[in-house]
Amino acid sequence: MAPKDSTFLGWPVLRQLASGDFLGRGTSVTSRKTREVEARTTTADRVVQSVCPYCAVGCGQKVFVKDDKVVQIEGDPDSPVSRGRLCPKGAASEQLVNSPSRQTHVLYRAPGATQFQRIELDEAIDMVADRYLEARANKWQEVDDKGRRLRRTMGIASLGGATLDNEENYLMKKLYTASGAIQIENQARI
Amino acid sequence: MANADCIIIQGSNMAECHPVGFQWVAEAKARGARVIHIDPRFTRTSAIADTHAAIRAGTDVVLLGALINHVLAKDLYFHDYVVAYTNAATLVSEDFVDTEDLDGVFSGYDPETGTYDMSSWAYDERKDGEGGTSGDDVGGPSGGHEHGASKSARAAGDQHGAAGPPLEHARVIRDETLQHPRSVFQVLKRHYARYTPQMVEDLCGIPQWQFHQIADALTQNSGRDRTTCFAYALGWTQHSLGAQFIRTAAILQLLMGNMGRPGGGIMALRGHASIQGSTDIPTLFNILPGYLPMPMVGKHDTYEEYLASISSPLQKGFWTEAPSYTASLLKAWFGDAATPDNNFCYDYLPRLTGAHGTYQSVMAMLDDEVEGYFVIGQNPAVGSAHGKMQRLAMTHLKWVVVRDFQLIESATFWKDSPEIASGELKTEDIDTEVFFFPAANHVEKSGTFTQTQRMLQWHHQAVQPPGDAQSELEFFHELGVRIRERLKDSTDERDRPLLDMTWDYPKDEHGETDAEAVLAEINGYHLTGDKAGQLLDKFADMKPDGSTTGGCWIYTGVFAGGVNKSKNRMPGHEQDETALDWGWAWPMNRRVLYNRASADPEGRPWSERKKYVWWDADAKKWVGKDVPDFPVDRDPAFRPDADIGGPAAIAGDDPFIMQADGKGWLFAPKGMVDGPMPSHYEAQESPVDNPLYSQQRNPGRLVYPRKDNLWSPSGDEPGAGVYPFVFTTYRLTEHHTAGGMSRWLPYLSELQPEMFCEVSPELAEQQGLVNGEWATIVSARSAIEARVLVTERMTPLTIMGNTVHQIGLPYHWGVGRDAVVEGDGANDLLGIALDPNVQIQESKVGSCDIRPGRRPRGEELLRLVEEYQSRSGTTVETGSQRVDDVSSQIRERRAATLETEGDR
Repeated sequence: MAPKDSTFLGWPVLRQLASGDFLGRGTSVTSRKTREVEARTTTADRVVQSVCPYCAVGCGQKVFVKDDKVVQIEGDPDSPVSRGRLCPKGAASEQLVNSPSRQTHVLYRAPGATQFQRIELDEAIDMVADRYLEARANKWQEVDDKGRRLRRTMGIASLGGATLDNEENYLMKKLYTASGAIQIENQARI
Repeated sequence: MANADCIIIQGSNMAECHPVGFQWVAEAKARGARVIHIDPRFTRTSAIADTHAAIRAGTDVVLLGALINHVLAKDLYFHDYVVAYTNAATLVSEDFVDTEDLDGVFSGYDPETGTYDMSSWAYDERKDGEGGTSGDDVGGPSGGHEHGASKSARAAGDQHGAAGPPLEHARVIRDETLQHPRSVFQVLKRHYARYTPQMVEDLCGIPQWQFHQIADALTQNSGRDRTTCFAYALGWTQHSLGAQFIRTAAILQLLMGNMGRPGGGIMALRGHASIQGSTDIPTLFNILPGYLPMPMVGKHDTYEEYLASISSPLQKGFWTEAPSYTASLLKAWFGDAATPDNNFCYDYLPRLTGAHGTYQSVMAMLDDEVEGYFVIGQNPAVGSAHGKMQRLAMTHLKWVVVRDFQLIESATFWKDSPEIASGELKTEDIDTEVFFFPAANHVEKSGTFTQTQRMLQWHHQAVQPPGDAQSELEFFHELGVRIRERLKDSTDERDRPLLDMTWDYPKDEHGETDAEAVLAEINGYHLTGDKAGQLLDKFADMKPDGSTTGGCWIYTGVFAGGVNKSKNRMPGHEQDETALDWGWAWPMNRRVLYNRASADPEGRPWSERKKYVWWDADAKKWVGKDVPDFPVDRDPAFRPDADIGGPAAIAGDDPFIMQADGKGWLFAPKGMVDGPMPSHYEAQESPVDNPLYSQQRNPGRLVYPRKDNLWSPSGDEPGAGVYPFVFTTYRLTEHHTAGGMSRWLPYLSELQPEMFCEVSPELAEQQGLVNGEWATIVSARSAIEARVLVTERMTPLTIMGNTVHQIGLPYHWGVGRDAVVEGDGANDLLGIALDPNVQIQESKVGSCDIRPGRRPRGEELLRLVEEYQSRSGTTVETGSQRVDDVSSQIRERRAATLETEGDR
């Protein structure tokens, strides 16, 4: 810690000599503000190992959490893939978590409506379950024109998966296939 | 890649799109590797490279084909590797006729359907006396019951899993001198004889001296002591013959002996955290987990037909175990209901009748055939080809569910899409119900991503999701629970799969579905015997009799020994560079596939420098730096009995253990629907007439002639000059695909705030474009505006004596009102023409005009697009014919080949 700024002991040359920072590139040239702040990474309650959610390189991330909030995300030096590095997107992923415009409520837009309205999550899943079964039934195809078994519905389509976990893709494919829904796709086709 | 002596990056801007992965290219360069970048644009990748070759978009087969011709004509290929490990020596059927002889189509082409009957591409088969065994009972490609085989071979790419269609046998005829005129080697040599450096200069725009620089770098850095690696991304896949681009590179890498070796291979640089995983465990229409095909009506009506279509018991390799993989999957899905007596509920699986890809589905939406649409972490209104068709299709739905972090354009199309602005749509008239569900992100849930080298990495949950936000795991599980609840008293047979489906998963401490239990189900369990209840250690433990489960056979082993190995995190600096103790790569934690090829036929490393996996003669097993991708105790000298199949039939020198004959395929006798060898065709829209064949475009490509999907004229066709320039689309470092995870982030939006186009100083001068001002780009589908970036990064090319200008367009922006930054979407310029193997759209090349100034607003925008269409004479037929006119003589020969095959 450099001497107090308010006395002559705080003069730059003396500060450099007193602190051993002879080149003036270390503690002797820090401002009080800098001295008084502490990195979020050092005050975090815990650090969780994660993987960057953007491209497919699979860079290691360290997620710093304080008071059950993500306060910072940095590269994981242990990763043999990325050796601690992140690109601008990976380095910005704390904003992905804490973006002020992030949606945290279910929204519903009725036919012809000009606005979204909030509805309850529970109600929304029920509405989707009802519509899912209705669309499945309306466009059900039991056999083709030659009488061969199709056992499927053309009423439901899905797009997405490349940003999701393997376990999520697995459950989606299982549910859709058991329902007879076949128009299931993701970014890998695009 | 760090071990490569030469790296050729083509169809990728790795430094900007995979920046952190690119450190390994930089590492290789620091160790002395040559780096070559082949791309229409000069980018940061080019800046690091030793050589940048500016190529005309869509001509990669010409360049790669010329390299093949070069190494064959000058005897520069890796002879010992080629003879032993590829099908170069194998003879092809007498019925095969090349594009050289049919002016741009192969034998077996049916102009009515635009598809090939592949039977004439088959290997010739050993007859009695030649191999000492009878061929008749095997039913080889040229054997007895050919008629049925030829019917089933007339198949679209969507009908096969990754195994491709089976070969009926591995009883081939080989000429290891490579001199037989019907040997694959000689067939290949003839096929590429006209792919010359001059052709590269004329078509790709790459001068001959530069071609030789690339060829020398490749040939001097391949062989026993050295290896060359290729890297590609969407610059290769998004073409009407994209799969063939990659095939051409695969042929070249096999010829140079660069497959299965350290510092070799072809690196697919994929663009999403788990796009590899979502292909392995597919949310894709045509496959089931582990690349097993989805059943196709008429082809897979019974379980026996299904299994027989994946592999024949007499072919070599691990696909012959498909009955075990399939039974284990069905047991995992349908539990106790799946028994040997009911073929493990095979009949519960819905049947395909053709391609049901995302673009076919969008067209079905326009026809009101689809009622509901789930959009999960994707933004088709911006990110899919033909943005307008995507958005209009969504207005035909009864309901759409969008699950994302932010209000992306695909969630708000009904109030702020470009079609609202142009007056084509009115919010009040759109009857689509829209459900927006907030999603949990990667730090708010646990699970695995599979990265681009097939490695699964577990990401641990750090915090709980905010508000109503949920993971997809939780949402879809809960949706399934409620659907089953509604059906619980149903007696309708069609509901049995939903009711019999295994759907009880343990909950974690927050009451949410436990992802680790799902991964364990994917890995699979023993159901009977003394190991009952234990997790499987390897896919070879799977059984066809229902005594094992496993939701995705290639992932089996991630829980070997009951331990979740995707959580392995031994720091990189504490292990060697193979880093086997970080994450877990399928299959069986192998980091380099087919690594048996890193040793010579006798099992010795090709060289000390490239030592990787080798045969330890004393211990009688394969050892090395990686997990051997080979039966571990198979002696290199082992030769199987000709009448057996499966893993036991893999000879000690058959490194390609998933191939039906154990060899790397220079010529694909089956599997590629648009040709056994890649041929160059021009893109759907091109300023150039194809000089190689009368056939202008890929005759197998998928086209959809409709009024909302018009194409501009190509080459010398009248009206082509109305859209004189080539555009190509790409990504930036600071944004991610359609922007859902980047245009709402202030940091990233500030770094790349506005849609722009890259043009050369010459084009700017010619068209009156000013750096920083606006330009309007017009295609036969739409018109968009962008800021002008005048830069020497774009090079005008001289193609067949004419100047061709290319325009670069990033595609991250979209029109809405919620993002931090918005702009016109480049994908609005695209139409829908697809590669026939994989149904991927051609979005890397199209024709356009560019003019200074902003685009018109409102209805005027539609008028501008129509004015161009009318001036160019574009109609629904333009560019949509499958086959191009050829001389009557050629037409007769083409017809003759088809007829011959039809008769047999």
